[in-house]
Amino acid sequence: MKRITATKATTIIKNVRKTSNISAMYHDFGGSSTHLLDDALTSTTNFTVPYGIDPVESLKEFTNPKSDVKIHFDHGTTTLAFKFQHGVIVAVDSRATAGPSIESQTVKKVIEINPYLLGTMAGGAADCAYWERVLARQCRIYELRNKERISVAAASKLLANIVYNYKGMGLSMGTMICGWDKRGPGLYYVDSDGERMSNNIYSVGSGSVYAYGVLDSGYRYDLSVEEAIDLGRRSIYHATHRDAYSGGVVNLYHMKESGWEFISQTDVFDLHYQYKAEKEKK
Amino acid sequence: MSSRYDRAITVFSPDGHLFQVEYAQEAVKKGSTAVGVRGNNIVVLGVEKKAVAKLQEDRTVRKIALLDDHVALAFAGLTADARILINRARVECQSHKLTVEDPVTLEYITRYIAQLKQKYTQSNGRRPFGLSALIIGFDYDGTPHLYQTDPSGTYHEWKANAIGRSAKPVREFLEKSYTDEVAGNQEECIKLALKALLEVVQSGAKNVELAVMRDKEPLKMLELEEVEKYIAEIEKEKEEEAEKKKQKK
Repeated sequence: MKRITATKATTIIKNVRKTSNISAMYHDFGGSSTHLLDDALTSTTNFTVPYGIDPVESLKEFTNPKSDVKIHFDHGTTTLAFKFQHGVIVAVDSRATAGPSIESQTVKKVIEINPYLLGTMAGGAADCAYWERVLARQCRIYELRNKERISVAAASKLLANIVYNYKGMGLSMGTMICGWDKRGPGLYYVDSDGERMSNNIYSVGSGSVYAYGVLDSGYRYDLSVEEAIDLGRRSIYHATHRDAYSGGVVNLYHMKESGWEFISQTDVFDLHYQYKAEKEKK
Repeated sequence: MSSRYDRAITVFSPDGHLFQVEYAQEAVKKGSTAVGVRGNNIVVLGVEKKAVAKLQEDRTVRKIALLDDHVALAFAGLTADARILINRARVECQSHKLTVEDPVTLEYITRYIAQLKQKYTQSNGRRPFGLSALIIGFDYDGTPHLYQTDPSGTYHEWKANAIGRSAKPVREFLEKSYTDEVAGNQEECIKLALKALLEVVQSGAKNVELAVMRDKEPLKMLELEEVEKYIAEIEKEKEEEAEKKKQKK
């Protein structure tokens, strides 16, 4: 579960002014040369922030437990993804919680950016969903301009650069960008702190600690497709079993060279009795 | 935002011409010649070196610029305008590497330069860039490319091209002499570029500058001695051709 950290700084105010000024800037004559060409790579999509309002301060009001107005953000999740010889497996749970209340058991935490790119959702649901849709737009523009698919490295970097502009303003997002490009299977972890890393295994969310345990003990690069799918499903199940903020169903995707394929949606309760039966058989 | 820059400079004429762009193209025609040849695994750029004054240092006149490890540019037209474009292109090559984690493709950087040129044909208070550029290099996957841009902001890919003074006769010579055989042989490509330049330039290694790029190798400016060697070879071949013709008669 991610907490929003408040940062009191004049840089926040400066950021706010910059964001709203960009919308006021139309022609670039003689001015800053960086905005001369509005290219997908050199500009970022900013939405305007009301002038004079500090988003961090106003958010603090709503997340402070002692305040009168309370907005609980949807947090708490388990998502995982790992690379292996046949591509990338992406497995997520589907529970959304607002404080102690389970708001939904049927959240789609895998965002289909395009037929060969997937993004996962952890942290603020709206933040993930919105910015990954913006990413989908940028990826499509890249594809049209350059007549070739965007690489996973570039797509994840676009997202990381976009959210970095909002660093300190209260975005809460921990996502994994998974895909297959000319360099092979790709997996990047991107979060709202501006972190962007690549590795073979990632798990994000309040239940990630439990998922890592199962994932790390069962992972090998040369798993078969069925073994990998089983490992992903099992790891999410164990996380949902122990983490109160994870549950619902396991949504599983397989990223192949030809794009992603939706494999299965399995209720964790069914998995519970299935694994129990397997244990008793032994 | 001064109101002095509100007026558009490049506007349409009644019969559909953008005269400022066409005047810019005239400026290009006055610039010194540049030639580019693309082979199967080599790209060559050749430029005419204008004679320098006695007291002037030779090496400060550089018409072939490196945009990145794998991209080079030669231009014909206003040198000062070229400097601005080259700077912007160099920055864009690095920006691209930073955001996409891949070196630019030739098409991308050519498109960037062309878009920049076009922007200046449609901006308040600005005039178009007075230069055409020949951009050569290798993409990451090893394919060689040669692109040409002009002041209007259009760009095209070429197998061999010439810009600047006497571009037309040079281009015609290239059309006659460029064959697949030539493209397949690195030495022939270099000689073709040199031969094309020598059509319009005073003969002598001192009046041309030749640069060569091979895949995954840095741009190589040919030394005076090497250029002289090629010129000698070309002269010999010409003599042999003349001999053969005489004998046939």
